[in-house]
Order: sequence, then structure tokens, then C-alpha cells
Amino acid sequence: MSENKNVLIEFRHVDKEFDKPEEGMYKVVGDLNIQVRENEFLVLFGPGQCGKSTILNMIAGFEMPTAGEIICDGKAVDRPGPERGMVFQNTALFPWLTVMGNVEYGPKMQGVKKEERRRRAQKYIDLVGLQGFENSFPVKLSGGMQQRVGIARAYCNEPLVMLLDEPFGHLDAQTRYLMQDELTRIWQAEKRTVIFVTNNIEEAVYLADRILVLRNCPTGVKAEYEINLPRPRNYTDPEFLRLRREIDAVVDHTL
Amino acid sequence: MEKKEPKVVVNHLTKKFGDLLVLDDLNFEVQEGEFLCIVGPTGCGKTTFLNSLTRLYEPTAGEILVNGIPVDPKKQDISYIFQEYSSFPWLTVEQNVRFGLEIKRVPKEEADASVEEMLDIVGLTKFRSYYPSQLSISMLQRVAIARAFATKPELLLMDEPYGQLDIDLRFKLEDELLKLWKKTGTTVLFITHNIEEAVYLSQNIMVLTNKPTSVKTVLHNPLPLPRDVMSQEFVDLRNQVTDLIKWW
Repeated sequence: MSENKNVLIEFRHVDKEFDKPEEGMYKVVGDLNIQVRENEFLVLFGPGQCGKSTILNMIAGFEMPTAGEIICDGKAVDRPGPERGMVFQNTALFPWLTVMGNVEYGPKMQGVKKEERRRRAQKYIDLVGLQGFENSFPVKLSGGMQQRVGIARAYCNEPLVMLLDEPFGHLDAQTRYLMQDELTRIWQAEKRTVIFVTNNIEEAVYLADRILVLRNCPTGVKAEYEINLPRPRNYTDPEFLRLRREIDAVVDHTL
Repeated sequence: MEKKEPKVVVNHLTKKFGDLLVLDDLNFEVQEGEFLCIVGPTGCGKTTFLNSLTRLYEPTAGEILVNGIPVDPKKQDISYIFQEYSSFPWLTVEQNVRFGLEIKRVPKEEADASVEEMLDIVGLTKFRSYYPSQLSISMLQRVAIARAFATKPELLLMDEPYGQLDIDLRFKLEDELLKLWKKTGTTVLFITHNIEEAVYLSQNIMVLTNKPTSVKTVLHNPLPLPRDVMSQEFVDLRNQVTDLIKWW
């Protein structure tokens, strides 16, 4: 990734505290300063409970910083918006809507006309490989397929940035490999800025252009790695295994 | 050397759910003290296979012998560790570990010693009076492992116990498991989706086919313990097993 790429998202001295009943204020994020470049695949990697999801939730506008600000495409984030698409670990699909209903939901809420939003939804359903399942309900789909719907739904708003919060955490190791390949393919076909949260180092090295290793609460950036391995990557390539070990050794693992 | 009688013998094991054939005529043996990993493609029926071995499911046909007699968890000491965290939420860590010993009416002194030893090996002595809701996921799996080994089972069945853990924790728990296995001489059948894990742990790797499930092959794993996941021999075996399964 060259240095002159545009910065799409910037964290400026961001703090985030939560008020815990009985314990008082608890600082989850402390003076976080990061820049996310346009169209890069950025992985946030850190131990469980370190505040990774809080960072994503602040970019999404679900949570507000206690101090500092987050700039996305030149504007301070102060609420959720369609230019920031979220894919959740638990998929959070609408169970009463079909695949098509889920994917076209965002444009529908924005008042996009039926013909146009159907055309757009179909494009992303095709992109994630779910053609033929447009009229299926989420409950009929496997975990991997449900996550494809989640990705298509986020893409359908044509966001500037895709936020993925451990989307493959519940999948078995083999389905996970499949979905990592699929996500790489989708991202290469429809370039977006991607911010991907995981606590799986193998997944981080497989997907990322750049990995930010986060420390325990209050979280901040502990280390940064550019991953220059060519794609498609190989999980058992010596350089891959070396990076996996090197980066994993930096993390503050908890019991 | 005299050939020992196998610990487990499976003859023509078949399981149908209605018309759906899930297990198709499985035949294999497991030796006493063996650490066997069982791998197969996603959805191939691995859990059905393990549940049939314990007769949680009654097989449709075939027989399973442990020590030469038909398997019966009431007669043989078989422990099971599930993928989900199965600690009893109303019991402390210590009470969880003690549970099987009490069921089996192990004398108190012996039970006390066993509980202490297990808590020590899995590093939970300090947390003995905690309840499961106060523990992390990896600690919960440690409780399950300590509980399973405390009764000194002759057969331990593990159904993907570390599937949800990150890699560093997984290796730590796998090292603990190997330590317990070497110490107790328990025969272990370990199911996993994760091929690196299978190569890290096993003496033998049984590869299953897609449904209807049958045994595709059994590979011997000759690598000495502890294993280095970056060594060429390790990677070669991992790639060999991956090629036998790969569907993704």
C-alpha cells in the first residue's frame, strides 16, 4: 500500500469510557489515534474483551467517543449512516424477511425505488454467491450462508467502509477458510475500505493489507504490520507461518 | 512383543435417521492409550459418530466393543467433553471437578487428592471457589477437562473442545491435554475440524468421508512431541490431510 493513498477515516485522540454500575467509569479506549486508508483491508487484532468491537461501534456511530473525534470522509461521525456498513458476528439478520428482503432493506429505508433497489440487491446477492436463495428465509440457511447475506446487506448500501465484527467467529475451521476466500474475492471484485475485527491470528494474516495489534483495556495500538504476501495466500507457506507466530507473540493474551 | 487386545473395536457401525444414512459401515480399532484424532469435512457426521460410540444414539446396526465387551457407559469409565461449555452452573470449579468422583463413590481421601492434582495441572487452584459464570471460555474448558480426567477414565471422547478459542490459547490447552494424556495413559478420541490441531495432538489421524460417513483412511503421525507447527514435516502432514478433506 503506497503512502499517498487518501485517508478515509481518522481517530483523533479518542477515549471511550463506560459507566459500570458499582465499579464507576471504566476506560475501554485510551487516546486512540489511527488512520484508515481508502480501499485498504485493515484488520484490528487483539485479545478478547480488549475493546475491538467498541472501536467498530464508534465508527458505525452506535457509540460516541467520550473524548476526541472520529472523522470519516471529512466529516465527524455523530450518528449511524449508510456510508458505514456493519456485518455482525451473530449476523443480526431480520428473521421475518427473505434474503432479498434483508439485502434490499437499507436502500428501501433510504427511499430507493423498488426497481432500482431490487437491481442493486440482486447484484450483491450474486456477488456473495446466493443466487437461487433470494426467497429463502435466514432460518433455512447455514451459518456461512447467513454471513453471506450479512455481507450482501452491508454492501447494498454501497458504503464507503465495511465494518466486520468477527463475522466468522461462530463458523467451523473449514467453513471459515471458505468464507475467508470468499471475502477476499468479493473485496477484490468490489473494492471498499474494510475494517475487520478478529482474535484469530491466522485469519488476520490471511486477509489483511495491514494489521493493527491492540492492547488490553484501555486499548490502543500496540504494534502495526504491513502484510505484503501476494493473494491468494497460503496458510502453510513458511513466511505466512512466520508472520503468524511473530504477530501473535506481541499480543497480551489473557487466561 | 505380545499383541495387546485393542481398547475399542468398531464393527460395521451403521446409523440411520429414518431413511437418511449417516454412518455407513464403519470398521476400525483403537489401541489402549492411543491418541486418535478424527477429522472430516464439515457436516460429515463426526458428532453422530461420537454420540453413537457412547450410545447416546443407539446404532442402527453393528457393534462397538470396549475391552472386548459391548460399550455401556454404565459399566465402563467413559468421559465426554463437549464443544459447548458444559460445567454445572450451580457448582463451583472444585465441585464441578469432584462431580464424577462422587457419582462413582470414590473414597473421600482419594477424591480430594485427585481434585487437587487436576486443579493444579489445569492451573485453576486459585479459582476453585469461583462459579462458571465468573470464568472465561478457556477456563470453562479447563474445568471440563479437569472434571473428565479426575475419574481416570479409560476412554475419553472430545468433540471439538477448542473450536472457539484463539490460537495461542488453543495451543496452551492442547499442551495441557497432552500432559494429562501422557500422565494418565487414557485412550483419547478427539474430533476436530481443525487439521493443524489434529496434526499437533495425534498419534493417528482417522479421516472420514462426506455423508454417508465411512473411514477414508487412517494416517500414522510419527512426529515426536512437542511438535513445531512451522517445521517442514509438520506442514507436509498438515497439507496431506487437508488434501484428503478439502471441499472449500
